Amino acid sequence: MMLSHSERARNLLHGMLRIRRFEEKSAELYSAGKIRGFLHLYVGEEAVATGVMQALRPEDAIFATYREHGHALARGLTAASIMAEMFGKAEGCSRGRGGSMHLFDVASKFYGGSAIVGGGLPLAVGYALAQKMQQRPGLVACFFGEGAIAEGEFHESLNLAALWKVPVLFLCENNYYAMGTALERSEAEVDLVGKAAGYRVQGESVDGMDVLAVLEATQQAVQFVREHNVPYFLEFRTYRFRAHSMFDPELYRSKAEVEQWKQRCPIAGFSACALREGWLTPEAIHVIEDEVAQEIAHAVEFAEAGTWEPTEMLSRDVYTERKGTGTVP
Amino acid sequence: MMEDRIRTTYRKALNMALREAMQRDQRVFLMGEDVGRYGGSFAVSKGLLDEFGEERVRDTPLSESGFVGAGIGAALNGMLPIVEIMTCNFSLLALDQILNNAATLRYMSGGQLSVPLVIRMASGAGLQLAGQHSHSFEGWYANIPGIRVVTPATLEDARGMLWTALMDPDPVIIFENMPLYNLEGELAADAGPVDIDRALVRRSGEEITLVTYGGSLHKTLQAAERLGDEGVSAEVIDLRTLRPLDMATVLSSLEKTHRLVVVDEGWKSGSLAAEVMARVMEQAFYELDAPIERVCSVEVPMPYARHLEQAAIPQVDAICAAALRTVKRHV
Repeated sequence: MMLSHSERARNLLHGMLRIRRFEEKSAELYSAGKIRGFLHLYVGEEAVATGVMQALRPEDAIFATYREHGHALARGLTAASIMAEMFGKAEGCSRGRGGSMHLFDVASKFYGGSAIVGGGLPLAVGYALAQKMQQRPGLVACFFGEGAIAEGEFHESLNLAALWKVPVLFLCENNYYAMGTALERSEAEVDLVGKAAGYRVQGESVDGMDVLAVLEATQQAVQFVREHNVPYFLEFRTYRFRAHSMFDPELYRSKAEVEQWKQRCPIAGFSACALREGWLTPEAIHVIEDEVAQEIAHAVEFAEAGTWEPTEMLSRDVYTERKGTGTVP
Repeated sequence: MMEDRIRTTYRKALNMALREAMQRDQRVFLMGEDVGRYGGSFAVSKGLLDEFGEERVRDTPLSESGFVGAGIGAALNGMLPIVEIMTCNFSLLALDQILNNAATLRYMSGGQLSVPLVIRMASGAGLQLAGQHSHSFEGWYANIPGIRVVTPATLEDARGMLWTALMDPDPVIIFENMPLYNLEGELAADAGPVDIDRALVRRSGEEITLVTYGGSLHKTLQAAERLGDEGVSAEVIDLRTLRPLDMATVLSSLEKTHRLVVVDEGWKSGSLAAEVMARVMEQAFYELDAPIERVCSVEVPMPYARHLEQAAIPQVDAICAAALRTVKRHV
């Protein structure tokens, strides 16, 4: 189904704003002590998850990173189920077992939420292999940061995917810093598309601050993967506006650099473009802001009202409940 | 009427189990290093490539973390993968996937995910394969919540544990003992799946319980025979499954014998033997008529020279000596 320009613009702006406001609220609730553990915010990178997800179909599976609130929201998880998860409530999308870094929703084929850098790539390859062996439609979208490229699992996975010709879309979110280590301080070769090509995986670099560029590049990549049943690699050049986590004094980058990237804010940029092109009116943008504000407010209420899983349930789901004669320790 | 029995080996019994599983269920496939054209580094998968083809008997590059993770991903998506890791030492390259993903995904997702994966790996010393091919990490893996660890030591278990493991909705690690691959014996012609929940009494006795698993089972049975010659009646329990541990079978034996020796090829400190002893202390201290002893591997990387390797692992003499000390002690 073809969307009109204004419908598409509305979807993209709504998607990005929903992530931005959710993350801002999360930071606030972290400071208030409602959310604990590690919290990695996606502010600045919204165009990537938003553009990519709108190019995918329900039968596609997603494997994401620990900075994945944006991916989960863009895939259609409710802000309420994610917020409840971060509050540690039983109504959370992982029943309070995962927290910010481990959001799961099998119904929408959202397979987490992985906090071992690079650890999700082999899973994506195996999942795609099973798609191929069972002749099922649907590709696998696998997100990771540029930091993962230093991990052995990146290289093992690209090789396996190309060797076995399985439908994986490798989506590298290059925000230039692996925590505090700049790309050129950790990689002798910083041409990431070239690295993928070394495994005979085709790919390209995309401006990750431009949601239309992300959407179009992903649509083409998706078509390529579906047509040829082989992997493809996209590098999105993006930037995180906030600290790595809530424990980061940001000693490794200059304020000027951050400010420079903020000038390229994907939301401000796209809003201006949509107004200029006549896709959206100022009133339409207000309506989107209001809708998003309502969803986030409801999410916080839902999380507040959520319940704590009784500690008697602590050991549930270590194993699948089964009829066995064994004695579980 | 005598039931039909066939003469076979531990290796062939494992091969039969793989063949049966692949015949029975299209979701089952095997992958690992040299499982296909080479026929398996220990020839366990010999002949399967010809029968089932390259899709289902899949040779992998030397990427333990990659292909174990791929097995997990395939298990998440409707398949029943069997992943072979050549030796348990190599499995350490995939420990991240085994612990952080296979064992954890179900819990971390609030029960949404299930990983019906079977990993087979070879362990055990005795073939002079030295310090990077011969260890026994069964006890380490048994420390991990979320996985099941089984240790076939007989032809019946080599033949029967795989199918039951595949039907388990959670990840199962099967430790095949390298020196047992050539073990010969008889097996019922219609042998099939066995349970992977319970420990089994392999030899009945009255005066002392010897608890063991895997490659040490046969040495422990030999020790029990010798003890019998010396007038000591020993019961031998094969744990079979190390996680979850079937302590009921151990405790019920102790109620009869009141004396215990644990035999475990793992390194002594923090070993599975230590766990069994601790649980007996917690659950049956007053049943004991003597302190518990254990016979484990000496805490060295496995040496190459045969006499040193044999000195490093549990042997019949040491098991007998420990049992005799235990029997002669009085509280």
